[in-house]
Amino acid sequence: MIETRGLRKSFRSRAGRETKTVDAVRGVNLEVAEGEIFGFLGPNGAGKTTTLRMLATLIEPDGGDATIAGADLRKDPAEVRRRIGYVPQGGSTWDESTAREELVLHARMYGIGKADAQRRAARALDAFQLTEYADRKCKTYSGGQRRRVEIALGIIHEPKIVFLDEPTTGLDPQSRAHMWDEIRRLRSDGMTVFITTHYLDEADALCDRIAIMDNGEVVAEGTPAALKREISGDVVLVGLDVAATPQAAKALDGEPYVNKLETADEGGLRLYVDEGATAIPQVLRRLDHAGLELRSIELHRPSLDDVFLTKTGRSLRES
Amino acid sequence: MKFARDTWLIFQRQLQLLLRNPVWVFVGVFQPVMYLLLFAPLLKPALNAPTQAAAYKIFVPGLLVLLAIFGGLFQGFGLIAELRAGVIERSRVTPISRLALLLGRSLRDVVSLIAQAIIITLLALLFDLRVFIGDLLLAYLMLALIALMTSAVSYGVALKVKSEDALAPLMNTVAQPVLLLSGILLPLTFAPGWLQGIADWNPFSWAVDGTRALFAGDLGSDKVWQGLTITAVLAALGVFWAARQFARSVR
Ligand SMILES: Nc1ncnc2c1ncn2[C@@H]1O[C@H](COP(=O)(O)OP(=O)(O)OP(=O)(O)O)[C@@H](O)[C@H]1O
Ligand SMILES: [Mg+2]
Repeated sequence: MIETRGLRKSFRSRAGRETKTVDAVRGVNLEVAEGEIFGFLGPNGAGKTTTLRMLATLIEPDGGDATIAGADLRKDPAEVRRRIGYVPQGGSTWDESTAREELVLHARMYGIGKADAQRRAARALDAFQLTEYADRKCKTYSGGQRRRVEIALGIIHEPKIVFLDEPTTGLDPQSRAHMWDEIRRLRSDGMTVFITTHYLDEADALCDRIAIMDNGEVVAEGTPAALKREISGDVVLVGLDVAATPQAAKALDGEPYVNKLETADEGGLRLYVDEGATAIPQVLRRLDHAGLELRSIELHRPSLDDVFLTKTGRSLRES
Repeated sequence: MKFARDTWLIFQRQLQLLLRNPVWVFVGVFQPVMYLLLFAPLLKPALNAPTQAAAYKIFVPGLLVLLAIFGGLFQGFGLIAELRAGVIERSRVTPISRLALLLGRSLRDVVSLIAQAIIITLLALLFDLRVFIGDLLLAYLMLALIALMTSAVSYGVALKVKSEDALAPLMNTVAQPVLLLSGILLPLTFAPGWLQGIADWNPFSWAVDGTRALFAGDLGSDKVWQGLTITAVLAALGVFWAARQFARSVR
C-alpha cells in the first residue's frame, strides 16, 4: 500500500550567522501492507513528522521516492492527495467554525458535492460520537473531542490510507482507549492506517506492525511480538541477599534453561531465559535444593523499550 | 470549472467567518465613518477648496485608496493565525486548487473593501459629493484591483515569514513611504519637484490620481487608463506570486 525507497530530507536552519543542516530523515525504506495499522515509533525529533509530511505531499523529499496507494509520490502528487487522508500533529480545526462546517468544507475541498458532503458530515459526526457538539464552535471542545473532529476530517473522503500524526498525544487514558477503538474501526472498514507515536504501549497494543525510528533512520521493523522476541527472551529477576548471591549464581549457572546470567551489585540475579513462565518453577526448585533463601522473584517480559535500547543504546524513556 | 468552484468555496467560507464576527463588521463600518466625519471638515481650508463638495472630491478618493492599501496589507495576520491552527496544512493535503486558496481569500477582502467604499460614498453624498455612476464603478474597479494586489502580497509574505512579529514591521515599513509618497491624504500638487519625481515611481500615486480623475468626472483623462493598467498589472503579478507561495511547501 505504501512503499518508500531511500526517502531523505534535510533542513537548513540559521542560528545567528551559522547555517546548520539537520538531516531529519536519512534514507527511509518502508513497506506498509493494505489494511494494517502501521506504527512509527520514535523519540522527539526522530523524523516521524517529516516522513509523514513527505508522504502526504506537503514537503518535497530531497531524495528517494515512494508509491502510495498505487500513485507515484514524485510524478503524481495530485493523485496521491486524492487517495490519502492526513491528520497533522498540531491540530487542523479553526476555533470559530463548528465541527459540522469543518467537515462539510473539508469534504467539498475534495470535490464532493454539497448534499453528499452534508450527508458524509452527519455520518462522521455520528460515528465519532460528536453529534451532540456538532454545531458548537471548535474552540469550545475538549482536547479529546477536538482530536476526534480532526480524525473525522482526515477520513471524510474515504481515503485508502490515512496518516495520523500522534493521534493520542495529550489525551487522558480513557480518551486514548476510545481513540484506539476508533482507529481499529478504521482498519475494519478496510482502511490502511499509518500512525506515529512515542508511546510504547500504544505501538505494542494498537499496531499490527511497527518501525522504530531514531535520528532519521529506521532501526527496526516488524510486528511488536517479533521485535521483542528477536532481541532476547524473558528475564527472570531473582531477589537475594548480597551474601547468598554468589552461591545462587553457582547453583544456577549451567542450568540448561538459563541462556545468560548476570549478578546485580546490590544482590540478586538477572537470568535471561527463553520462556519465563516455565523457568521460574525450575529456578525455585534449584535454589530450594541448594538451601538458599530467596527474597523475591519477578518475571520481566521485554518491552519495545528494550528493543529500542538494544538498537540504539538509549532508552526511549530517557530520550 | 473546478477552479471557479474551489475559489467560490474558499470565498464563501472566509466571508461567512468574517460576517460571524460582529466586531469586525462594526470596525469596518465605523472606522471610515470616523475619517469622513472628523477629518474631512479640516479639509476645505487645508486644500484651499472653493466648496466642501470640491474638498470631498479630492479627499474621498484618497481615503478609499488608503483603505484599499491598508485593508489589504494587513490581511496576512489572519492567514498566520490559520497557519498556526493547521488549517492551511489541512487544505494543502486536499486536491483543491492552490490559486483558489489564495483567490478565495483575496476576493473576500475585495468584497469587504467595496462594501466599505459604498458606505463612505453614500455618506459623502450627504455632504454634497456628486459622481457619475459610470465613473464611480470604474473607481471601484481600481479600488478592487488595489485591494486584490495588497491582500495577495500580504498573504504571500505571511506564508514566507510565518510569524506576526516579522510581518508587522515589514508591512509598516512598506506601507509608510508608499502612503506618504502617494499624495493620498493631500495631493502632491504643492510638493517640490524632487518629491513629485519620487512619487512618479510609486504605483499607488498613479492609482490615486486615476481615482481622483474619475471622481472629478474626467473620464477621458490619461490618468484613468494609466492608473487602471498599472494596478491591473501589479494585481496580476501579486496574485501569481502569492499563489506560488501557497503551492510551495510551508510549515
Ligand atoms: N521546517 C523545519 N525546519 C528546520 N528543521 C526542521 C523542520 N522540520 C523539522 N525539522 C527538524 O527535523 C528533525 C525531525 O523533526 P520531526 O518533526 O520530523 O520529528 P518527530 O519525530 O515528528 O518528533 P516529535 O515526536 O517531537 O513530533 C528535528 O530535528 C526538527 O528540528
Ligand atoms: Mg512529530
